[in-house]
Amino acid sequence: MIEFRDVSFAHQSGVRALDGVSLRVEAGEFVALVGENGAGKTTLVKHVTGLLKPASGSVLVDGVDTREASTAQLSRKVGVAFQNPDHQLFSETVEEEMSFALRNFGFPPELVRDRVSWGLELFGLGEYRKSSPLILSGGEKKRLTLACILAWDPQVVILDEPTVGQDAIQKEKLAGTIQMLKSAGKTVVVVSHDIEFLWPIQPRVVVMKGGRVVGDGPATAIMQDRDLLGSARVAQPQLVEFYQELHRRPGTPFVHPLDAARWAEEAMRP
Amino acid sequence: MADILKVEGLSFRYPDSPKNAVSDFELSIPEGEIVVLAGPSGCGKSTLLRTVNGLIPHMYGGEYSGDVLVAGSSVKRSSMRDLAQTVGFLFQNPENQIFMFSVERDVAFGLENLGVPREEMRARVDEALRLLRIGDLAQRAPHELSDGQKQRVALAGVLAMRPKLVILDEPTSLLDPKTASELVALVARLRKELGTTFVVVEHRLDLLVGVADRLVVMDGGRKVLEGTPRDVLFRDEAEAHGVAVPAVTKVQKLLAERETGRAAAGRLLTPSGLASAVEGRQA
Repeated sequence: MIEFRDVSFAHQSGVRALDGVSLRVEAGEFVALVGENGAGKTTLVKHVTGLLKPASGSVLVDGVDTREASTAQLSRKVGVAFQNPDHQLFSETVEEEMSFALRNFGFPPELVRDRVSWGLELFGLGEYRKSSPLILSGGEKKRLTLACILAWDPQVVILDEPTVGQDAIQKEKLAGTIQMLKSAGKTVVVVSHDIEFLWPIQPRVVVMKGGRVVGDGPATAIMQDRDLLGSARVAQPQLVEFYQELHRRPGTPFVHPLDAARWAEEAMRP
Repeated sequence: MADILKVEGLSFRYPDSPKNAVSDFELSIPEGEIVVLAGPSGCGKSTLLRTVNGLIPHMYGGEYSGDVLVAGSSVKRSSMRDLAQTVGFLFQNPENQIFMFSVERDVAFGLENLGVPREEMRARVDEALRLLRIGDLAQRAPHELSDGQKQRVALAGVLAMRPKLVILDEPTSLLDPKTASELVALVARLRKELGTTFVVVEHRLDLLVGVADRLVVMDGGRKVLEGTPRDVLFRDEAEAHGVAVPAVTKVQKLLAERETGRAAAGRLLTPSGLASAVEGRQA
């Protein structure tokens, strides 16, 4: 679905943001991009939407080279909720904000109406339908940008730091939304520093550092690799650290790290 | 110790809003504490902070009752200029508050605005750079710095004003996990060295519970829980109010309940501390 072939890119300042990145994300995969600030995660995302074009190498989305596709064509396939929602909210009302892209893509008015109601309902924003997006809290704005994107049903959904400003209840809902997208066969890419959020939802984890991909594998494997994560300034999830501490001690049976908490509970049952 | 922040029966309603953003709020924070303020988005945290740094009522109109005292002075009767020297504010995104051509100029900006004499300004900027260990960045342009460095520059600008109370609004949310834990360690060190009081709004509690003295949870404009992090996180209601109870704390609570039939006393454990506790119990 998304393919990076030896992609390099430098910002105008000369800073090399991507350095020979090769990465394949299949349709329906759920991938988390992690790594230190400035590792190139957001630059990578901007290449998928065609906002940036590679200096060398190529990026293919659904088989189409991003250099040969218009941003409009690409955005029909790829919806991105960027880190800072203020960069993508501009309408007078929340309802208008949600309708904008749908009308641009030529959806019929009844469908626009239905999708707007569906999105506002799903993200608990119904009471703000007629309000200005500017009065929303930071967390609510982030939910609105996500609702806008899901409304046009893109094949690929990219979320850049979706948990910033979200409380625990909203994070659970977000995890549920990601599950829903997965079961609908969408390709989901999440850029996040929030390791505790990522661990229970078990994505494929791609670790970036200095514009390169330095690790790639299932969450269970990557999150146990303390050295790899440390080199990319990423912490281990608390429960993985707990699990590994237990396993350093003799006589602990093998359990899957996801079951560490349940196992500890059973071990201590009187 | 004297209270650096006292909120007395505070209620506030924005001009065209049907309900109070903050209701009947009471809070006393002794000098030198690190306090974490948590709660669901839209619970009134930002409004409460605005009543402390004076944006409410000085910039935002609305219905205001009760009082907020910072270092004994009523915020509504203090000028913004006075408040700027008592209360420091670090925004979530440091890009919103650093904009000069060099780090040094940026750190000096607030002092220049107050007309602080040149020599004193020099001394205070140097002190702030030294405290944050960024003296080597003094001549660099802020936009060339990493996010963690920018966060430190912004905090140096805040500390150069020598505030008694510093408010941090989700300071770690844009930082990678290692940079975030370095920032938390920095806050703990500054509290120790300067005795500064910190109020930190944060959803990610796993990093902060180790250094915070107190956790205050808001919901629907009201204070719903208050206590040491352990006391609050062990309460069953915490999660219902949107508090992100750290994963390892949930396990600790589960184990404590299993063992004693109720939440056990003791401090919050780290992942390795919990592993030791489990092992000790098995033996």
